[in-house]
Amino acid sequence: MTTDMLSIEGVSKNFGGLSVISEVSFSVPEGGRVALIGPNGAGKTTMFNLVSGVYRQTAGAIRLRGHDISNVPSRKRVRLGMARSFQNIRLMPHLSVIENVMLGQQARTKSLADMAMPLSGSRWRREAETLLGEMGLDTYPGEVVATLPYGIRKKIEVVRALAAQPQLLLLDEPAAGLNQTETASLRDFLMGISRRGVTLLVVEHDMGLVRSLCDHAVVLNFGRKIYEGSTQTVHEDPLVLEAYLGPRHNVAQGAVTNNGVAGDAA
Amino acid sequence: MSGYWAGILSILAINIVFAYGIFLPVATGQLNLGGAGFQALGAYAAAYASASFGLPVYVTIPLAALLAGAIGALIAFPILRTRGVYLVLATFAFAEVVAGSILNSETLGGAMGLSVPAFIDWQIPVAVAVLVSLFVFYLMSTRFGLTMRAAHDDEVVTDLMGVNIRKTQVTAFGLGAALAGLAGGLYAHTFSFVEIQGFNAVVSIYVLLYVLLGGTQTAWGPIVGATFFTMLPEVLRETLPTVKQTLATLVGITEPVAPPDESWRLVILGVLTVLMMAFRPEGLITRTMMERLQFRRSPSRAAAEVSA
Ligand SMILES: Nc1ncnc2c1ncn2[C@@H]1O[C@H](COP(=O)(O)OP(=O)(O)O)[C@@H](O)[C@H]1O
Ligand SMILES: [Mg+2]
Repeated sequence: MTTDMLSIEGVSKNFGGLSVISEVSFSVPEGGRVALIGPNGAGKTTMFNLVSGVYRQTAGAIRLRGHDISNVPSRKRVRLGMARSFQNIRLMPHLSVIENVMLGQQARTKSLADMAMPLSGSRWRREAETLLGEMGLDTYPGEVVATLPYGIRKKIEVVRALAAQPQLLLLDEPAAGLNQTETASLRDFLMGISRRGVTLLVVEHDMGLVRSLCDHAVVLNFGRKIYEGSTQTVHEDPLVLEAYLGPRHNVAQGAVTNNGVAGDAA
Repeated sequence: MSGYWAGILSILAINIVFAYGIFLPVATGQLNLGGAGFQALGAYAAAYASASFGLPVYVTIPLAALLAGAIGALIAFPILRTRGVYLVLATFAFAEVVAGSILNSETLGGAMGLSVPAFIDWQIPVAVAVLVSLFVFYLMSTRFGLTMRAAHDDEVVTDLMGVNIRKTQVTAFGLGAALAGLAGGLYAHTFSFVEIQGFNAVVSIYVLLYVLLGGTQTAWGPIVGATFFTMLPEVLRETLPTVKQTLATLVGITEPVAPPDESWRLVILGVLTVLMMAFRPEGLITRTMMERLQFRRSPSRAAAEVSA
């Protein structure tokens, strides 16, 4: 039996009186590629914030490889082997591309010497350059991030998360704003990451990407889990259809295409 | 070297060290408006150690840095819990507490001040300023420097990357306080006299201006800012009478005019400050600017740009 990389057990989150996540349970197997989907406002990003420790859940437990991490401070969770990207790009605007990636390596520092050594010419810097190269981003290492195009910054977010060499990678809408070619190359890149054994949990609206990258999907709606199962049959599920298209639509109307469960989901 | 230039050089060196003391917390995202308080701590520590115990400058000046640094690190824990304008007020209040305590201390001379027996010429402040500049350049090139700048940009994400934000901020604040104290120690021995009126709120504001207008993104900023603001009054002192005479001639007054009032220098300084804030809000020296300069220098990068 394999242990689960991540298990969410009866997790709820309230903001004041507002319930944003209600008793959600699901798990991500080691080495798995799971999609977390649902309409806007469903609570997907909030779930990422709970897992990474930005917020603490109101109820329930979050386990990483079986260990309850609920009381582990956010800055220590990345050292346990998880890294994430952000839906609304959260790169450091005044740092250069390579510096943002080197910041992502922070979780792997061990001693004071790691903090006190100049970075230029270091193995940290060479490694960050290599990683950027693998993503096809090596033309920009010295440039300050703030001025770069959206699509490039979106990719740097993924590279920064990977720089932590995580076992669990949480990606919040990594393909948003990318064109079809870029999305395809992102998928190939993530497949490569997955083959190296990294577990993926991906929030994504592009159902083409979801189906070609992930085998398993969890669907949230208004903070509740409404579906868990194969990504190939998710678009046939009546509850999922209702969540995306409203109660009057159903499967017979054939509103679901191969390219997306719902066009308005982005 | 003439006494005038030796004096200017000493003040410039002290101001650069002082500016680095404020730069470190500001580069980490913490505005420090209590600079004069930390400088006063250092100046009085050195003055007292020199006057009462006859300790040599190579003891009193490091002592100034240590004392201010230790107090800075101690108060950083409560003070850095505050944010934004409240942090500015808290650091400002700290400087007032220091000034008030010294003013009411008979041991430290109260309003009369203390005279400092050991005098240092310009060479020591300049050597210290060079060493401190090299130290800050080194610090900003390390991973610690990277985490400082990251904390400045986004605390939440920097924390998620595995950085201990509080440790980073307290360290930067404490190191900064030590440098401000070091500047104070140099000050005490350069002017052979300390009085608390010399460490007032305007001093705190000016040193913060050096840093903000010089630029907080690179270690070049404080040097440029401190140099600009230290030299400008001197340049104006030289040129303003000539400018006024020329203007007078233009409007047809031929006889010599009286040199302009001192306050004109402050007016010009103020106007320049506002203009710089309006046109270079991120400071004179920015990362992008340094990056461009580097692009021009490195032929391989330039080639890469052409082929891209
Ligand atoms: N810090 C917060 N305070 C209050 N409400 C929040 C907060 N964060 C998220 N929410 C609310 O939680 C709901 C889910 O948001 P989110 O997790 O961002 O959805 P998704 O990522 O699925 O689009 C939304 O209604 C949002 O307004
Ligand atoms: Mg979201």
